[in-house]
Amino acid sequence: MQAPAFTQDLSRLPTHGFGPRSATWWGIVAFFLIEGTALALGAAVYLYLLGQEQAWPPPPHLPPDLPAGTLFTLLLLLSEIPNSMIKRAAEHGELRKVRRLLIVISLIGLALLVLRGFEFNSLNVYWYDNAYGSALWMLLVLHTTHIGTDWVDSLVLAGLMHTRHGMEGRRFVDCAENAMYWRFVWLAWLPLYLLIYWVPRLQGP
Amino acid sequence: MTALMSPRDHLRDGPELTGEALDRRLARTWRRQPGLIGWLSTTDHKEIGRRYLVTAFVFLILAGILGLAIRLQLARPESGLISADRYNQIFTMHGTTMMFLFAVPVMEAMAVYLIPLMLGTRNTAFARLNAFSYYVYLAGGTMIWVAFILNVGPDAGWFSYVPLSGPEYSPGKRVDIWAQMVTFTEVAALAAAVVMTTTILKQRAPGMSMGRMPVFAWAILVVSLMIIFSMPSVALTSAMLMSDRLVGTQFFNSYEHGDPLLWQHLFWFFGHPEVYIIFLPATGFVSEIVQTFSGRRIIGYPAIVLALVATGLLAFGLWVHHMFATGLPRQGYAFYTAASMAVSLPAGIQIFCWIATIWDGRPRFAVPMLWVVGFIVTFVIGGMTGVMLASVPIDLQLHDTYFVVAHFHYVLIGGAVFPLLGAITYWFPKITGRLMSEGLGKLAFWLGFIGFQVAFMPMHFLGILGMPRRVYTYQPGLGWDGLNLVATIGAFAFASALVIFILNVLVSLRRGGAAGSNPWNASGLEWATSSPPPPYGHAHIPVVDGPTPLWTHEERLPVAYGLRVEQREILLTTVVDAVPDVREPSSEPSLWPLVSALATTALFVCSIFTPWALVIGAVPVTAALIGWFWPKNNDVKPEPVID
Repeated sequence: MQAPAFTQDLSRLPTHGFGPRSATWWGIVAFFLIEGTALALGAAVYLYLLGQEQAWPPPPHLPPDLPAGTLFTLLLLLSEIPNSMIKRAAEHGELRKVRRLLIVISLIGLALLVLRGFEFNSLNVYWYDNAYGSALWMLLVLHTTHIGTDWVDSLVLAGLMHTRHGMEGRRFVDCAENAMYWRFVWLAWLPLYLLIYWVPRLQGP
Repeated sequence: MTALMSPRDHLRDGPELTGEALDRRLARTWRRQPGLIGWLSTTDHKEIGRRYLVTAFVFLILAGILGLAIRLQLARPESGLISADRYNQIFTMHGTTMMFLFAVPVMEAMAVYLIPLMLGTRNTAFARLNAFSYYVYLAGGTMIWVAFILNVGPDAGWFSYVPLSGPEYSPGKRVDIWAQMVTFTEVAALAAAVVMTTTILKQRAPGMSMGRMPVFAWAILVVSLMIIFSMPSVALTSAMLMSDRLVGTQFFNSYEHGDPLLWQHLFWFFGHPEVYIIFLPATGFVSEIVQTFSGRRIIGYPAIVLALVATGLLAFGLWVHHMFATGLPRQGYAFYTAASMAVSLPAGIQIFCWIATIWDGRPRFAVPMLWVVGFIVTFVIGGMTGVMLASVPIDLQLHDTYFVVAHFHYVLIGGAVFPLLGAITYWFPKITGRLMSEGLGKLAFWLGFIGFQVAFMPMHFLGILGMPRRVYTYQPGLGWDGLNLVATIGAFAFASALVIFILNVLVSLRRGGAAGSNPWNASGLEWATSSPPPPYGHAHIPVVDGPTPLWTHEERLPVAYGLRVEQREILLTTVVDAVPDVREPSSEPSLWPLVSALATTALFVCSIFTPWALVIGAVPVTAALIGWFWPKNNDVKPEPVID
């Protein structure tokens, strides 16, 4: 074994970094890719089935009703305002602001889950009716899992930041990364919204 | 914030703390806790890697025994040894176990063990996720084998085509167990892929820019990304299959606007990349072995790296060649034939680079190198039959015959298992501190190489003579009898070689000669630490200024210093140039990954029987994950650096 020749001192390096400097950021990006691929393939299933049909949705089914899904989409888009504020506050280490906003975003998450319930109720088809219904339910269930996951994550973070752990730099990184995950959740929704609500209307008989 | 601490307040490695004093302190910080709880809560990548490796080999032995059972049954016509139903389970379990429980996990195992040592870091990123990955894999493999022993083993083939595997033609729970085993292994593989991607991108030694990464690390990076993009497909489609069977969705039901071919598309969108997920790490082994045993830097490093990346990309454009017999538009035939043939180009580039390296170097034909030569010969034959099968008219003749069986055993055993056996021989001294017996190793190689050819070469001819795969018996007088008998004899010879290999491992564990830190005079960083490596990997983080660090610095290895000694700390570097950037804590040992894996297992197993398991089972999984991520190191004070 070779003897060491000391060249660089690492002790002055910081113990946390935001964005691509943090390891968890890369882990989360990898999970985006995994979940994004699953959602894209789910959309591909939907389009593959659509491509084999004369009419979409297959008669006699009607396209999903618009109100619940559209309201959900609007609220989801609006949620980016507090979400961006959390990210900025976390990056500046503003603990009180982070604490307050995490409670706000958790409440928004809850409201979204309630709206999502109404969405399931307005699809005008059940998963067992035909493959169109199966694909529709699959897309919505997949996306709901993400809303649910991030909601729980925000709740836990809100609790965590109210303890003494909240003072650690790495916990602010966690908050910033949770905000990044939320962006993925709403960005991923936009093409699904078009697919679920508007493609059947454009394709209609 | 109060209680800021300056860097001076902590004990760090460096010129003042090095040698034995440092080793003692680092060992205290990084070793696992004693007892069963310590064993179950370890986050040491070397321990997890070893367990992954041993488990994968247990599955290899089990699936190998099934392969021998298949060969015994087919050794003569109209054999009554195994019933048709049992035979269906046996070939399904053979393929499923080999692909999902041996081939992919064994490559992950090698990566989990080797990559941190090769990169000069103390542990993988997300060390607990790594442990979780192993436990989930173990649970999935155990579940399907228990089911098989209880006579509810899957019986619809390793790719479970619908409608055969659908609710109408496969009642009972056999297919659901298969589908859920897929879910287990996908979760495990995806977790390992996230761990590896992050480790390779963020934890390389200072100075190890992307252009200086070991080829094996490149292979694992490409493969991890391939896992990330391909495995969601099979996870999705196996979930669709289960929901067709359990809650009445209609994805694959053509009477309700579904389509059975959708299954094949989604399965092979994963299944074809899967083949390269198994093959590319093996080429990584080959590059490392060829470099060491040729005594010179690998020729064409950029070409090899680009070939790895190109194979990874092309792998996603070939899946339809598994579906030529389903009928496609002419344009589709032409495109997928061209793409399938094109993928032989990067493979060819790699082979020429290895040959050039051997040619120009001073090759030593020790056992690892013998396996490499055996690999090149066998893989080239398998590659040739692959090019043949890429041609649609030939494929339509040979589809579902023993020709295909011969082809994929040539590329998978020749292309992946041979390099793996070479790699185990090569890294065994690092893992155990002892050398494997050269004599037994050579015996295993020659018996294995010849036995393999005798077993699988005749299958080409059987396929051309029209013998279909997956038949449990055949009639005499079709011209298949002699070739089948020869194949069976070869299979037993090949199996004997594996037995000798495993005996060699077991004997060498106790009696092998002491290896020292670098028995092969290799150039990679994993050889810069003792054998077996201490729990913390390298005492000081090495600094790299070229592609072959140990050959460049034979006397003194440049190192960086200043990491904390009394807390598990790792160094993060920048993605492209590997400039030191951040010091981060590494996960402490924890039981939570095991608890989370158990909760996940309960959810997956119960959801075979009721969809409500997804809802109810989510509660313990969520609770376990919260327990996992809740910070516990209460005594750690924030440590911003103050100047």
